Amino acid sequence: MNPPSQYRDAPGPYFGDYGGRWIPESLVAALDELEAAFRSATEDPAFVAEYQRLARDYIGRPSLLTEAQRFAADVGSARIFLKREDLNHTGSHKINNALGQALIAKRLGKTRLIAETGAGQHGVATATAAALLGLDCVVYMGAEDTRRQALNVARMNLLGTEVVPVEHGSQTLSDAINEALRDWVASVDSTHYVLGTVAGPHPFPEMVRWFHRVIGEETRAQILEQTGTLPDAVVACVGGGSNALGIFHGFLDDESVGLYGYEAGGEGLETGKHAAAITLGRAGLLHGARSYLMQDDDGQTIDSHSISAGLDYPSVGPEHAHLADTGRVTYEAVTDAECMEAFAALCRTEGIIPAIESAHALAGAARLSASWGDDGNNRIIVVSLSGRGDKDVATAAEWFDLLPADEDSDAPPTGVEA
Amino acid sequence: MSITAAAIDAAKDQGRAAFVGYLPAGYPDKETSIAAAIALARGGADVIEIGIPYSDPVMDGPVIQQATTEVLQRGFRIDEVFEIVAAVTEATDAAVLVMTYYNLIDRMGPQTFARRLAEAGGAGAITPDLIPDEAAEWIAAAEAHDLDRVFLAAPTSTDQRLRRIAELSRGFVYGVSLMGVTGARSTVSDAAADVVARTKAAGAERVCVGLGVSTRAHVEEIGAYADGVIVGTALVAALRDGGPEAVEQLAGELSGTAPLR
Repeated sequence: MNPPSQYRDAPGPYFGDYGGRWIPESLVAALDELEAAFRSATEDPAFVAEYQRLARDYIGRPSLLTEAQRFAADVGSARIFLKREDLNHTGSHKINNALGQALIAKRLGKTRLIAETGAGQHGVATATAAALLGLDCVVYMGAEDTRRQALNVARMNLLGTEVVPVEHGSQTLSDAINEALRDWVASVDSTHYVLGTVAGPHPFPEMVRWFHRVIGEETRAQILEQTGTLPDAVVACVGGGSNALGIFHGFLDDESVGLYGYEAGGEGLETGKHAAAITLGRAGLLHGARSYLMQDDDGQTIDSHSISAGLDYPSVGPEHAHLADTGRVTYEAVTDAECMEAFAALCRTEGIIPAIESAHALAGAARLSASWGDDGNNRIIVVSLSGRGDKDVATAAEWFDLLPADEDSDAPPTGVEA
Repeated sequence: MSITAAAIDAAKDQGRAAFVGYLPAGYPDKETSIAAAIALARGGADVIEIGIPYSDPVMDGPVIQQATTEVLQRGFRIDEVFEIVAAVTEATDAAVLVMTYYNLIDRMGPQTFARRLAEAGGAGAITPDLIPDEAAEWIAAAEAHDLDRVFLAAPTSTDQRLRRIAELSRGFVYGVSLMGVTGARSTVSDAAADVVARTKAAGAERVCVGLGVSTRAHVEEIGAYADGVIVGTALVAALRDGGPEAVEQLAGELSGTAPLR
């Protein structure tokens, strides 16, 4: 008999004081319909079998668990394993959720998908799912992000998706979510909003977690098989927090396993230019949920900053806020500089170019291993390597000054029209 | 006693629907926004909604977003709202409500927000992203300070939800005429009449309709079945392009108190 679950499978709409539905009345019916479809789908063996078939035959699951011996030796004494979500089709964990929600949308008879994207990984994943299932797709992306992630814009266009650059606000992920919500309020009859992280109004946090919990389940089985023991720590980057919740979920009720979430510390917490919603935020409401939030004394959202477009978000999923309050998960910030150091280290020691988002988790693992000193010898850290870094090569080349000294070369190519 | 209900009933006694106008607080600056709201009342508004600029206005279309973004960029602080409400209440007979995304109330604390709004002479608040399911704290605070609380009813709301919305609203229920964000439209959706009928059947005494209303014809059409007609974007555009005088002129035309140009 397993002990009763303390944290696993916590149902929405509330996670402690967080979550809920802070949204216009116009969306309630669509969210109720979505929740009913999600519950019936996940209890329907035929749906679950179809999702698992696509996970295996299309996404390429299970993803590998790779021991990173040279990286581990470079940063400390603990053994470090990488959960290779970067090897999924489309290059990140995001496809687990996008494909799952697209299947739910089909079940609901919707013909059009919309999504927000920051780094472009969720947009690409949704565009991919739409192409596979024959659905129309529009992706909202901050204009700033369309510039720094121009390759992903082209990728979405190739997949038949229209990318709409969002020109207002800070022109990043947060504004893209606002615009997607505006679209959805006017289009709920035909359209499903594929929210890309464990944030937003109920049932999104619970539903998105459900589609990503496979990450943690696979990881737990793989680490037991490879080492015969549970890890001492599981670490992940946290923007909205979907890959983190996915991998944490497998270990939430294993008390011996330390769980660590790394937020984007940007240029440093003291500069104000960061995205560390849990570390420095205060509880409030954004995009339909109560959670930790970067906001000023009036309640206006403060713009977030991160070298990583995917973590450049001023709030975090509500379940993370709860896990922070309970102390089950430890959240810390990693700066751009620390993150890029880990990024470079993984490239050189393992031949793996990580997404800059995931490099925050690598930096966290390095910090943790170093903090143990020689005591790390017999310890094991699992890192959620949530995505691959192909999309980040231009950003990294600029960071490490690898570009030719041509004045025009620091502007990445654009071309965002579908 | 509901100040807003009294204003709507006074219009009803004159055989017409109430005219409800929206303007953003502090747009384009504090003094002009006060002058514009006073002009709106002179143009025939029975109820005035003062919108509080917010960083993430998911229910607003481009015109209102543009205006409120400008206000925030010049360093707007929420304290201004109470000054504006006090000045407009002082200078007009209109019921003055604030319209605000709920995080701004949440941040200040519902009790403090309600106390300050009541002290400024405000009638209450419209909260477009607060549904009754999450509203217990706000309702308690509004109750404690005798403020109106206006919830929204949508074409897609179930009868069960409409009953709850009608029961918990005070002042009026805001009937959403169509599925979408704010913005002037050429036609008013047929859904509006249905929302009003269903919300009244669910127990609401007063239902006002907004979203997309921009012409005198819309106002007359909606006024035939609703207790009030809400205009926002068209007034904001008038303020942007022609200042408070243009607001008074347009309000007069829309409310029917001034001849059409």
